[in-house]
Order: sequence, then structure tokens, then C-alpha cells
Amino acid sequence: MSGARVRWRKFVSNFMMTMTGLCALISVSVLFFILGYLVYNGGTSINWAFFTQLPKPVGEIGGGMANAIVGSGKLLFAASLFGVPIGFLGGVYLAEFSGSFVASVVRYAADLLNGVPSIVIGIFAYAMVVLPFKHFSTFAGAFALGLMMIPITLRSTEEFLKNVPNNLREGAMALGASKSKTIRTVIIPAAYRGILTAILLALARVAGETAPLLFTAFGNRFWNNSWSQPTASLPVMIYTYAVSPYEDWHRQAWAAGLVLLGLILIINIVARTILARGIAVPRS
Amino acid sequence: MEASTKPSVSLNIATNPGAPGAREGFASLPMRMTVSKLNFFYGAKQILFDINMGIADKKVTALIGPSGCGKSTLLRILNRMHETVSTSRLEGDILLDGQNILAQDVTALRRSVGMVFQRPNPFPKSIFDNVAYGPRINGAKGSIADVVEKSLRHAALWEEVKDQLHKSAYDLSGGQQQRLCIARALAVEPEVLLLDEPCSALDPISTAKVEELLVDLKNLTTIVIVTHNMQQAARISDFTAFILTGQVIEFSSTPHLFTTPGDPRTEAYITGRFG
Repeated sequence: MSGARVRWRKFVSNFMMTMTGLCALISVSVLFFILGYLVYNGGTSINWAFFTQLPKPVGEIGGGMANAIVGSGKLLFAASLFGVPIGFLGGVYLAEFSGSFVASVVRYAADLLNGVPSIVIGIFAYAMVVLPFKHFSTFAGAFALGLMMIPITLRSTEEFLKNVPNNLREGAMALGASKSKTIRTVIIPAAYRGILTAILLALARVAGETAPLLFTAFGNRFWNNSWSQPTASLPVMIYTYAVSPYEDWHRQAWAAGLVLLGLILIINIVARTILARGIAVPRS
Repeated sequence: MEASTKPSVSLNIATNPGAPGAREGFASLPMRMTVSKLNFFYGAKQILFDINMGIADKKVTALIGPSGCGKSTLLRILNRMHETVSTSRLEGDILLDGQNILAQDVTALRRSVGMVFQRPNPFPKSIFDNVAYGPRINGAKGSIADVVEKSLRHAALWEEVKDQLHKSAYDLSGGQQQRLCIARALAVEPEVLLLDEPCSALDPISTAKVEELLVDLKNLTTIVIVTHNMQQAARISDFTAFILTGQVIEFSSTPHLFTTPGDPRTEAYITGRFG
């Protein structure tokens, strides 16, 4: 081989390696840039009042978003109550009981549902819950978020159950366990950490959704006392405050962004911690 | 675990030239299970052809034969594990203590006929919970801890694990895991224990331990073992069936089968000319 050719090959090799490394670096640095920017702006804006006080009327400086923090919590709680059981049980059915045709149809539908733009989910929830009850409510918001949790929970439950080795099923059945008992006492316990992690990640994902809440949970500048009242939530507050013309509201939007990010980060860390402990089925 | 009934065994000596005759006293032994005129299919494909054999009580019966001959399938039929494949179809009779197993409740049957698999398959639970699993799901009364200790002793594992019962079963070595699976199967006090090549994933030392254990377990329960290791069959079994392309070619007492095989194909197999 001629020297020129070898030099060319070495050049291409080095060039491509540099490019891949550079792109990896850019991906990571975008995340860290956003994080850094948010921590810088949010960190200087956040204070104790942010967590404890209600929003002040327009024109007054100060106040906080205590109602939005609680509102987001309530929305996520109710959304999980609605979305997780449906997704989980559906996933159990897909993995353990259904024939391959039904499974493929449901799986396809779940993937489509997962791909439905969140604003469309919002309109749907508006039509289904808000219009019949004639007002925005926590329920409506939770319904929209819960809908978004169903496909994620369903697909990951199915995946984790299917990853449980078949020889555990046989082992339990050979001891006289019925199919449902096998699923309850061996298969789900073997997969629960993966499933729980997936549910938490689904929760983290919908925690930041704004669009489905805009015309379901709407917003509220006060405490809401009822599940059927409009409620404030962090993502919607960020939206409202960020587009407002007031300097102090911008400051609070940054703070809200930081709190929301912190919340999602905590959920993620809890999920990873769960995944890392307990008795796991070793990969063979 | 008394073999109260003694169904007549239709060991068709005419079609099974090597069937154990009166010489080995097979016919006079109490039978725990009998298989007669068994034909088995996966879809349109026939896997087993006209199987007739008896499983003598408190003895070790070995099924040997080359890969794919149907010996594991036959074993799995004995506690109806074949039913996990929806396309399977079965003809013939299989009796356990004179009762047709196909007419029984399948969970009750599997409590009477336990199974240990090729690869150790402990549950992702503690050692204790693995052994306690069977008694718990079957609503056992009395002390679970006693059952666990007894089963682990029978499986010759107690001394090695008694101080770490609450550790993960996966912390054990492969051989220990397999003995744990045997203990787990013994905890429901099965009348028959089926073993599907239980040593194929184990090293020689672990294999020796499991073999030793099986010989001891004979006093406790009836054992049917599938193996492709002929030496293993010769070492531990009382009776051996040689299976080839879904048929029992020869079924006789182990010394008889290995020293004076009645069929040229058996001889070819045990002398290592194929398989």
C-alpha cells in the first residue's frame, strides 16, 4: 500500500473520531448549558417566600408560587391514580395473557397514543371533562396528564414483564402455582423495580407538560380548595410569568423553572436508586 | 408417600424386547406412574410415538437418548408442563397412583409431581423464601421454617447456607442454586420428582454432589431423570429407558441395559457410535 493512501486513511479515521467526539460533547454541553443558565437565573431569584406565599397581585413585588407547587403535586398524584393502574394492568395483560394479534394492535395503539401531541391531549380532555362540567378543574388536568402516562406505563410494564426469564414462570408453575399466582408472586416481584422506575420516569415526563394543562387545569392565583376547581401548576405558571411584561414575574418564572427541574431530578434519582437495590434477576 | 395402589403395568415386552422382565423383578415392583399408548404432537409434528412405560416407586428411572429424541418432552408431559405450548396435543393415558393425571387439577398434579430444570432457576428472592415458596402458595400449615430446614437438609445444602438464609439466592454458586431448586421442589413433598438434565449446567464437583443427593433422595420420593450423560444414568438410576426419534427403543434395568442391550441401536448409542 502506498504511503499516501495510508496517510489518507489515518486522516479520515482521525477526522471522524474528532467529529463523533465533538458531537457527543455538544449534546452534553447543551444540557449543562441549560442547567447552568437555569441554576444561575433561578438560584438568584429563588427565596423562601417563593415556597410559602401566594402570587402577589400585578404590580406588587414579591410573593411566591406555593399554590402552584401544591397544585402540581395534586395534579401528578391524581394523574398517577388514573394512569398508572390502567397502564400497569394493561401491560400485564399484554405480556401474560393476550394473543400476539391483540398484543400487536394494543401495542401499536399505545405507541400512537404516546405520539399524540400533548396539546391535542389537552383539547381532548377539554372536550371530555371541562365542557360537560362547565369549568376548568384539577380533575381535568389530571385526566389529561393521566392519559399521557398510560402508554408509557403500559409499554414499559409489558417490556419488563417480558424480560423476566421464562424459566422462572416454569419454576413457579412446576410448584403448583396457577398462572395468576405465578404472575403475582414471581413475575411481578421480579420485574417491579423496572416497572416502578418506568412509572417514575413517566411521572417526571408529564410533570413538565404545559400544553395539556392550559385549558384543563387552567390556572389559579389563589389556593384552590376543591378538586373540581381550576388549579395553578408550575409549568403553566412558568408560561404565564415568562411571557408577562414584568421584571419580577420573569424572576419568579426562573425560580419556578429551577424548582420544576429539581423536582424532576429528584424523581429521576429516586427511580435510579430503586433500580439499584434489591434482588435482581441476573442477566444470563 | 405410600404407593397404595398397584396398577398393572402394560410394559409390552413383545414390542419392547429389552423391557425388564421378571428377571429384574420389575413387574413385581409397585408402580408410581404408568404411561400407556402415549402419542404426542406439537402442531402437526408428532414428537412421541406409542410410549409405554412404568415409573417404579422409590426408584430412579433415567431417560437417555440423543438431543431432540423427545426425552425432555416425555418428562414434561409427566407433570403436564407441555400444556404451556398451546399447539400441543396428547393421546393416551398417564396414571399417577391409578388416577389419570389428565383429568386432575393441574396445580394439584404439579404439587404431587415436582420438577427441576436444566438450568438452575431460583426466584429473585432470599434462599429461605425460595424454599418456602411452594408451601406458602399451597397454604401449608405449621412451621414454614421447619419445612425449609428439612428440605434444605434433604437437598444437602443446609450446612452451607444455614447462616445466610436471608441472602439472595443468586449469591449461591451454580451447583448450590441447583440444589436449592431441588430443595424448593422437595418442600411441597412431591410423590415424584422430575429432573430435566439437572447437571448439564454444572461443573463436575457440583454434578457429583447432585448425583449423590439423588441416590439418597430415592428413599424419600420417586425420581425420573433425563440425561444425555450415559455415565450419569449408569451411576444413579435403577431403570433406564433409551429413547430415539420419539420411541422407547429399550426399557430395562440399568445394569441390564448397559451390559447386555437387547437392541442394536441401544448398543450403538451406549458405545458412543452416535448421539
